[in-house]
Amino acid sequence: MQAFAKLFQRLDEQRGTKAKVTAMADYFASASAADGAWAVYFLSGRRLKRLIGPVQLRQWLAQASGLPLWLIEQTHEHVGDLAETIALVLTEQPTQANPTAAIGLAEWVEANILPLRLLEDDQRRERVMQAWQTLSSEERFLYTKLLTGALRIGVSQTLVERALAKASNQPQPVIAHRLMGHWNPDADFYHGLFAERSGQEDASRPFPFFLAHPLETPTHQTLGPIEDWQIEWKWDGIRAQLVRRADAIYLWSRGEALINQQFPEIIEAAHALPIDTIIDGEILAWDEGVLPFAQLQRRLGRKRIDAKLLSEVPTRLLTYDLLEQDAIDIRTQPLTQRRTRLNQLLDTLNTPIMISPQVFADSWSELAKQHAESRSRGVEGFMLKAKASHYGTGRPRGPWWKWKISPLTLDAILVYAQPGHGRRANLYTDYSFAIRDGETLVPIAKAYSGLTDAEIRRLDRWIRRHTQERFGPVRAVEPVQVFELAFEGITPSRRHKSGLALRFPRIARWREDLGPNDADTLAQAQALLS
Amino acid sequence: MTVPLIQPTAQGLYCAAGDFYIDPWRAVSRAVITHAHADHARSGSHHYWAAQPGIGLLRHRLGKRARISALAYGEPQAFGPVTVSLHPAGHVLGSAQIRVEHQGEIWVASGDYKRDTDLTCAPFEPVRCDTFITEATFALPVYRWPPVATVARAINQWWQTNAEAGRTTVLFCYALGKAQRLMAALGKDRPGPIYLHGAVAPLTQLYRDAGIHLPPAQRVSEAPSNEDFSRSLIIAPPSAAGSTWMRRFRKPATGFASGWMQIRGNRRRRGHDRGFVVSDHVDWPGLLQSIHDSGASQVLTTHGRADELVRYLNEQGLSARPLATLYGDGDDHSEDG
Repeated sequence: MQAFAKLFQRLDEQRGTKAKVTAMADYFASASAADGAWAVYFLSGRRLKRLIGPVQLRQWLAQASGLPLWLIEQTHEHVGDLAETIALVLTEQPTQANPTAAIGLAEWVEANILPLRLLEDDQRRERVMQAWQTLSSEERFLYTKLLTGALRIGVSQTLVERALAKASNQPQPVIAHRLMGHWNPDADFYHGLFAERSGQEDASRPFPFFLAHPLETPTHQTLGPIEDWQIEWKWDGIRAQLVRRADAIYLWSRGEALINQQFPEIIEAAHALPIDTIIDGEILAWDEGVLPFAQLQRRLGRKRIDAKLLSEVPTRLLTYDLLEQDAIDIRTQPLTQRRTRLNQLLDTLNTPIMISPQVFADSWSELAKQHAESRSRGVEGFMLKAKASHYGTGRPRGPWWKWKISPLTLDAILVYAQPGHGRRANLYTDYSFAIRDGETLVPIAKAYSGLTDAEIRRLDRWIRRHTQERFGPVRAVEPVQVFELAFEGITPSRRHKSGLALRFPRIARWREDLGPNDADTLAQAQALLS
Repeated sequence: MTVPLIQPTAQGLYCAAGDFYIDPWRAVSRAVITHAHADHARSGSHHYWAAQPGIGLLRHRLGKRARISALAYGEPQAFGPVTVSLHPAGHVLGSAQIRVEHQGEIWVASGDYKRDTDLTCAPFEPVRCDTFITEATFALPVYRWPPVATVARAINQWWQTNAEAGRTTVLFCYALGKAQRLMAALGKDRPGPIYLHGAVAPLTQLYRDAGIHLPPAQRVSEAPSNEDFSRSLIIAPPSAAGSTWMRRFRKPATGFASGWMQIRGNRRRRGHDRGFVVSDHVDWPGLLQSIHDSGASQVLTTHGRADELVRYLNEQGLSARPLATLYGDGDDHSEDG
């Protein structure tokens, strides 16, 4: 654990990506295979299931520290992170020759943390409190983070891949592929990461998704002739890869979740595809045309999809790209060729798996006219893909661009604020906004992002000084600050008092030039529904 | 009920029996000052009293024409029937706790204080009293300061690493007190020369004038024109971060030294390369220790986490309550940490 805690600290202290990659590569090169596997597991954002809840941990911390529970609770609220609170409240007891210092990450996880699941509460408490005492402050933080299943390390998947590529001397795309899908964090897996490339790579896994960079407005100057570009609608659904093997079919979301169960009609249709095919596409709710994302969402939260939901929300996979055909990885063929192959493949099928249509225009200005129709078509704009482009990894600038429509906006009034977590702990950063309905205010959305750090600090100070009422961590503030909210769509909702729900709301601007009477009204918001 | 010996008024903390104010936030006739930070020493009053070692700093703050009387630590000064004496608070050079005695009753207004090592000012001296007025800036049990020598070593190491990479090291900290304390703590193992921002240099000179031994340091603006600063440590106030002034440094590595850096969220949010935990305010164990050492049966709290501290002390059998003051910024994120 010591070595992993050191790595964590180095990653926390370093801001440059190069330094982060070096820190991880150093760790990977020196860690045992068992420890390395768990480190990859956690670094790539995977988590253990929560073993112990915050209520219990706070009680145990009160006991271990001899402080009253209410003070622990207040302190937790101030710090914003329970594991950090525990790490800081308990004093370090550097017992000489601490026997636990040398125990590796794998042993901590497998011999100490995971078995807690099988123990009674009393025994758990004893184990955890003992661990707290023997660990250093940094280790105690990590250990508790693991218990709560909330360890987040601020490195991107790409950086982990780069570090493993560096440590193993393998190309990054190979590493990326090996990290996709399901795997067990054990020594075999770790050795596999370092192994020479073979034809036996796990066949269930998707390829890393290739992503597009945002673009304001395409012109001849920035992108060259429009003929060099393949243009598609940008759909607002779930990006997915469909892996067809002889013995099984796998539908992967971009979050690397297997979503076969939520979309049985797509899985059924996939049986018609030739064996050893991998397709990239977008799952959409579709009934004669695309349905709003809110409909698709009804499919996501369910373990089992019943016949009623199947008929109410039919879905499709609109395919973009063909990545593997007849067991051959064709990602480095030019896009045009892959598109032709995809066309041929799907041509004969009449199923929920369809090709996403191309859009044609004679010039960029012509295309802009069609772009203006995006919202009425239920799409988010265009995808622009260089015809010669490979299906790469990551999100490089150049080969693929997304040209999104400008968001909808409303001027809304800040009514509640709540402290954030992690980087934003102990600052008021989670905001609720309302719009006007006659003399009253109706909440319409929560938003967390869009302000600069300096604005957040200034608003935090304002909130503390203009609190009208407190409900636990939530503060009701004087309803006078107006913010322009940007969002991608608006749908009826029973959850909000306004009867409306915004999709991807965020703060576009702090409108200090506006007073509360300048904010938008419920009627204005409802008018956006169409 | 009798009038408390010291009570908050619109002008500041007031001792009616002696007719004087402690750190008033408006102009008054007689002001006893704990230390020279802006939220404690405000200009416009008719007559000031303060501890001798801090007079230079105070004059810098209040102007040449201010009428200031210096008191040695421990020297009694009568205000009518009330006897006042000043005792080291360990916060910054010349900082004082103010002991107020009237008819056998003793109050101590401690101003800002700390218990940790500081080579640039006299260490905190516990003073027995009946009522202790304490700050509560960091009054939560997560705030325990690491030894400043350990932090200084970490700063030197970071500086060394930056120097080897050809990067200028810029350390942001409060210009009065923290800057000089850190300069002194860096010791002899400094990897290169120290340069000061224009806001730090005059205060540092006042420390030197008061006989405080500090390592040599030049103003950034006085550096030779070909100086590339790549081996240097630059000490600057937090307000210089992100300013055009920073453009003169090549690939600067930036750090921030403050008690708030104890919390990871604060470290990350500040957007500096490093956060160093150094505070001139008392930490949680130091706070409890000081209250204990004072022997006070009544504790009044000023700026910071007053609610929690008050409840905790009351549960411990003391009589505690918050005192309304305008010290600090009233929030958790003033630069003075």
